[in-house]
Amino acid sequence: MKILERLLEGMFKMSSAITSIVILLIIIFLFKEGFGLFRSPVVEKGYGLYINSKNPVTDLNPTQIKQIFDGEIENWNEIGGKDESIYLLRFDEIFSIYSDEELGENYQFLPQKLNNIISENSNIIAFFPKKFMPEISSPTKEIANKNIGIPDFIYGKEWLPTTTPSPLFGIIPLVLGTLLVSFLAILIALPFGLGVAIYLSEIANNKVRGMIRPAIELLAGIPSVVYGFFGLVIIVPIVQKMGNISAGETAFTGSLILAIMALPTIISISEDALRNTPLALRESSYALGATQWQTIYKVVIPFASSGISAAIILGIGRAIGETMAVLMVTGNGAVIPHSIFESVRTIPATIAAELGEAPMGGTHYQALFLLGCVLFLFTLVLSIISEIISNKQTSKSA
Amino acid sequence: MKKTIILTFSLFCLALNIKAQKIKGSDTVLPLSQEAAENYKKKNPTTTISVTGGGSGVGISALISGTTEIAQASRKIKFDEKLKIQESGNTLKEVIVAYDALSVIVNPSNKVSKLTREQLEGIFTGKITNWKEVGGDDLKIVPYSRETSSGTYEFFKESVLKNKNYKTGIMSLPATGAIMQSISQTKGAIGYVGFAYLNTNVKAINISYDKGKTYVVPDITNVKNKTYPIVRPLYYYYLTKNTNKVKGFVDYILSPEGQKIVSNVGYITVK
Repeated sequence: MKILERLLEGMFKMSSAITSIVILLIIIFLFKEGFGLFRSPVVEKGYGLYINSKNPVTDLNPTQIKQIFDGEIENWNEIGGKDESIYLLRFDEIFSIYSDEELGENYQFLPQKLNNIISENSNIIAFFPKKFMPEISSPTKEIANKNIGIPDFIYGKEWLPTTTPSPLFGIIPLVLGTLLVSFLAILIALPFGLGVAIYLSEIANNKVRGMIRPAIELLAGIPSVVYGFFGLVIIVPIVQKMGNISAGETAFTGSLILAIMALPTIISISEDALRNTPLALRESSYALGATQWQTIYKVVIPFASSGISAAIILGIGRAIGETMAVLMVTGNGAVIPHSIFESVRTIPATIAAELGEAPMGGTHYQALFLLGCVLFLFTLVLSIISEIISNKQTSKSA
Repeated sequence: MKKTIILTFSLFCLALNIKAQKIKGSDTVLPLSQEAAENYKKKNPTTTISVTGGGSGVGISALISGTTEIAQASRKIKFDEKLKIQESGNTLKEVIVAYDALSVIVNPSNKVSKLTREQLEGIFTGKITNWKEVGGDDLKIVPYSRETSSGTYEFFKESVLKNKNYKTGIMSLPATGAIMQSISQTKGAIGYVGFAYLNTNVKAINISYDKGKTYVVPDITNVKNKTYPIVRPLYYYYLTKNTNKVKGFVDYILSPEGQKIVSNVGYITVK
């Protein structure tokens, strides 16, 4: 008998150890993959940007490269060069200038042809695989290819992960989008959730309570895709009509859906907190002549306030991590939001939508892992706060 | 008796030799390959063909690493992918199995029914923001795009935007179904979907690639005679050393019966 107990004890110890180790490994993996981004070059690996050596420009940042290749910067003098219009040469275009025969069977003449083009055009910028570039000497010069910097990621205002030659991984629009949607959702859900919790714990009789509680728990069990579908077909057109705006996929729509999804968390946790108010406290309140309402807002709610705060924070945590429903209704435009009636893109939605096709180990893949790290830090902070608050609660009732 | 044994044995070897083909790659080509593989298996019970998606890039990298026999792709093989195959000492065979056209769609209440490529580029890069600039009502334009992971996104960017980037913060939806839904309920919306998805809830736009001289209606005839400009081929890629292994299936999909499946799935036949 004793041996059996020992064995069971050992097994439990083992399983908790394994759980902790697995969680730790996942976190380490996340950060390891994510921080690889800062060891990757700005211009795609194996490629380079080449200009004529007479061109005084030596350095370009990712945003400038993007603007050049989008045709927004058209003259070298905008980025510190001579007053010349920029001649863009993308790799594929070489095949329309020269025929396959001229380039040779294994493209052995390609480096020489490239060299010719670059020496003939002093205003050229060419984007090519490194292996086809002639030796770096006159008349060709490579633009310095630095690694992606931490500021590019943290302060970057544009998220364009598949742009060539240099993708932009700015997280500001994504972080702001995530926070906006989540906090707005809690603002909407809180009055409702608190109302329901107070009704259930203080006013409703057992029969009503026995009906409403399971219904709310059912709400927590609906898959999030179903919420997203409901949102896209029903709520998006309603928001569009009510707000009289051009498109119904907005931060506000996402918050509405998230509010519904966060309700069960808020209701059940704050109801528990309210019901934990000792009977003695309520009875003393009544004995002093307070009405039921006075008891609720002067005694019960202040006593349960830390439990309610924990409910709010867990609700925000639920909203921040939600993926599918948000992906379907917020429109996913990666832009810094200026109003709640604009499309936003959240971090989880970005990861879900893009990871599938991001080449494994590439910069895009690493950037998505780094987004995962950011998300993890958010929820970590939130759970620490809620832990602190609920510890306060237990010490108070003790 | 001996003859029978030898015959069975050689048949068995033959069966081993041709069985277990793998097709991998683009999700756009996936429904076509699946349907064709099922029918092909019915006719040739000894073969097994497994078809999986994952994206054009995934399929081609599987072809390079030798884990698939056929790579299905909704875009032409990229130059560096081709180089990798050359480096491994193999040669590549490219077969066009069908064509897919992209339609530009708007809400049915929209007055605008034709646009030039330049206007489309302006709309999707954010330089044109109101429908009155292209002959419509005074209404904000709401462009919808697909997610960056989709081959359709890349193709539209290449063909219509001439490799420029979509406007910052363009709305991007995860699936064609979501695009259709949003455009049918948003007045100022514009988006792009595969030709096969067109229905009466949205309006297809006539497109001009010659600065407004001729506008082409996206219908089967125009797509087939290639006057409609936004058409992309769908490819099968395989290594020439595997020709014997895959020839049966590739020939089947190019046969009249296979091409019938192509039009059933909603794409345009090769011939």
